[in-house]
Amino acid sequence: MRELRRYRELLYVIASRDIKVRYKQSIMGFLWAILMPVLIVMAGVVVRYAYSLAAHTPLKTSDIAGVAVRSLPWTFLVSSIRFGCNSLILSNKELVTKIYFPREIFPLSAVLSSLFDFAIASGALVIVLAATGTPWSRYLAWVPVLFMTVVAWAIGVSLVVSAASLFFRDVKYIVEVLLTFGIFFTPVFYDVRMFGDKAKWLLLNPVAPLLEGLSDCITRQQPPNLYWFGYSLGWAVVTLLGGYAFFKHLEPAFAESI
Amino acid sequence: MSDVALRMEHVYKKFRKGEMFNSLRDLIPALTGRMFRQQELSENDKREFWALQDISFEVKRGEALGIIGHNGAGKSTILKILSRIMKPTKGSMAVNGRLSSLIEVAAGFHQDLTGRENIFLNGTILGMTKREIESKLDQIVAFSGLEEFIDTPVKRYSSGMYARLGFSVAAHVDPEVLIVDEVLSVGDYLFQQKCMDRMKEVTRAGVAVLFVSHNLRSVAEFCTRCLLLERGRLAMTGSSNDVISRYMSSNRVVSEQDDSKPVVVSKVCVRNRHGESVRFESGERAWIDVEVTARRPCTKMAIVLYFKDDSYYEVFNTSTERLGYGNFSLEPGDTFVCTFELRMNFASGAFRPLVAVYRYDTQTLLDRWESSACIYVGSASDVRGAVNCFPEVVRHEVVRATVGSSH
Repeated sequence: MRELRRYRELLYVIASRDIKVRYKQSIMGFLWAILMPVLIVMAGVVVRYAYSLAAHTPLKTSDIAGVAVRSLPWTFLVSSIRFGCNSLILSNKELVTKIYFPREIFPLSAVLSSLFDFAIASGALVIVLAATGTPWSRYLAWVPVLFMTVVAWAIGVSLVVSAASLFFRDVKYIVEVLLTFGIFFTPVFYDVRMFGDKAKWLLLNPVAPLLEGLSDCITRQQPPNLYWFGYSLGWAVVTLLGGYAFFKHLEPAFAESI
Repeated sequence: MSDVALRMEHVYKKFRKGEMFNSLRDLIPALTGRMFRQQELSENDKREFWALQDISFEVKRGEALGIIGHNGAGKSTILKILSRIMKPTKGSMAVNGRLSSLIEVAAGFHQDLTGRENIFLNGTILGMTKREIESKLDQIVAFSGLEEFIDTPVKRYSSGMYARLGFSVAAHVDPEVLIVDEVLSVGDYLFQQKCMDRMKEVTRAGVAVLFVSHNLRSVAEFCTRCLLLERGRLAMTGSSNDVISRYMSSNRVVSEQDDSKPVVVSKVCVRNRHGESVRFESGERAWIDVEVTARRPCTKMAIVLYFKDDSYYEVFNTSTERLGYGNFSLEPGDTFVCTFELRMNFASGAFRPLVAVYRYDTQTLLDRWESSACIYVGSASDVRGAVNCFPEVVRHEVVRATVGSSH
């Protein structure tokens, strides 16, 4: 029990170190947390505007709100995986070879510090949504459930890529490429509905039903598609458990291989 | 409840030598290539070696055990296995109680954080709770002597300040088992002394300490028992003095039989009044016989005798010339024989005699001889340092402060 409490405290301390360092280094301070989502939303607006010109339909506020709602969890996911990927080989290399404690603390703290950015950005988003008159609905109760699934998925993937990048130096480049282009295969700028009956192919991406679900609950006041949510939840659970097992299996070899 | 704090039983550790595939870019072609050429796999298996073989020892509470050995003998591997950073390939180990390691004390520091923030960060990494750190913060800062700079980012610290802060945090962890690896080499003399005192204090408080250092003086000072490692095997276990003298005798540089030298030191013998010996009581009389043989004519030579301590610091030197016996000349085949008589006025420790033949007027070294074994000096009275000044307390009394007013 004492061990557990100790390591939980350590997790917080390392996550808060990551956060402090990130904000100390940037002149913009806390604006940093909002910068990425704002850029993505602006890109989304451009893309959406192009759609509406091509389809001769007016650009609705709810569409833009949808892009904003989806871009936040996406940014969170990307930054968790990116920091997670480097958590063993860059930021904490010294600690991995010198001091013992459960190594999953590093990818977990990467997720936790990204969560902090996410919290700031979603604070800003809530203000924007309220100002643009997005109505409340009981389906908002789904938001934490959906988002927790995103977090589980982020932790699982971070565990896998952090361990893999320790053994194979090029994993981080591969991950970087996948994260950069992943946005085109994930409904952030667009709705899967736009693809009609081909939508199911896009929803096979485990992140897609979660982002769709979030946007359904928040901007459309309707429940998420339970069938697809179950599919994503399954993926998240499998990734989390599998990722943890994979990480723990490789953990004893970390110090020698780094 | 046993009083054994730490135990290793038949521990083996295997490492792989050479480059492994550390990128997918290399691995994938290699895997596809391997499907066609089967033998590559076995070749890969050969590139491994045993870093540790059959290591067993235990450390009791309140005991300090030293580990010495040459670079690559496996000292750090033992420590890494004990601190659970690595797993042994075979064998088992047990640690009873909270373990803290002073291996690279500043490992957890982050450059951009201030000294204070790093105390919290590193303290937590080393196993303290936040509350514990808060209660000891003043002590830690005072120990490091960095009060003025505690709110400065550590990237602006000098390397000495950096290490001092690291040690100060680590020294306040209150472990039950403490592992120390060569951390005392940082900081100035005063800080090193402070660290040694702190370590003695925790040992007295019942902490088991495992101490790894190349500084044999501090090993001898601090540890009662020592392990000597040689190429991953336990070469010797015993009292620190015995193990250190064995280690130092394995350290020798044999003067190579080189025909180009005009003269060679052909024999050196260190004896006490009973005969050849490596053990002396402090203050005991010793005789050192030296034989020098010439191959070519040589003139104006003198013999120099040195003693060096375990950190190769020269503690004594003299020469035939300086002792007033002038210089000598030899024809091919001639031998010069001389005997030094001296008193071993060293404090207890290990010392190594060296003999050199110089051409006195040009100060050129003709040959040198280093002892294959060191001389161990023991002292009946508890004197420390390099020399024994044979102290005695010839007067002692307590002068009471006069109570009350005088009339």
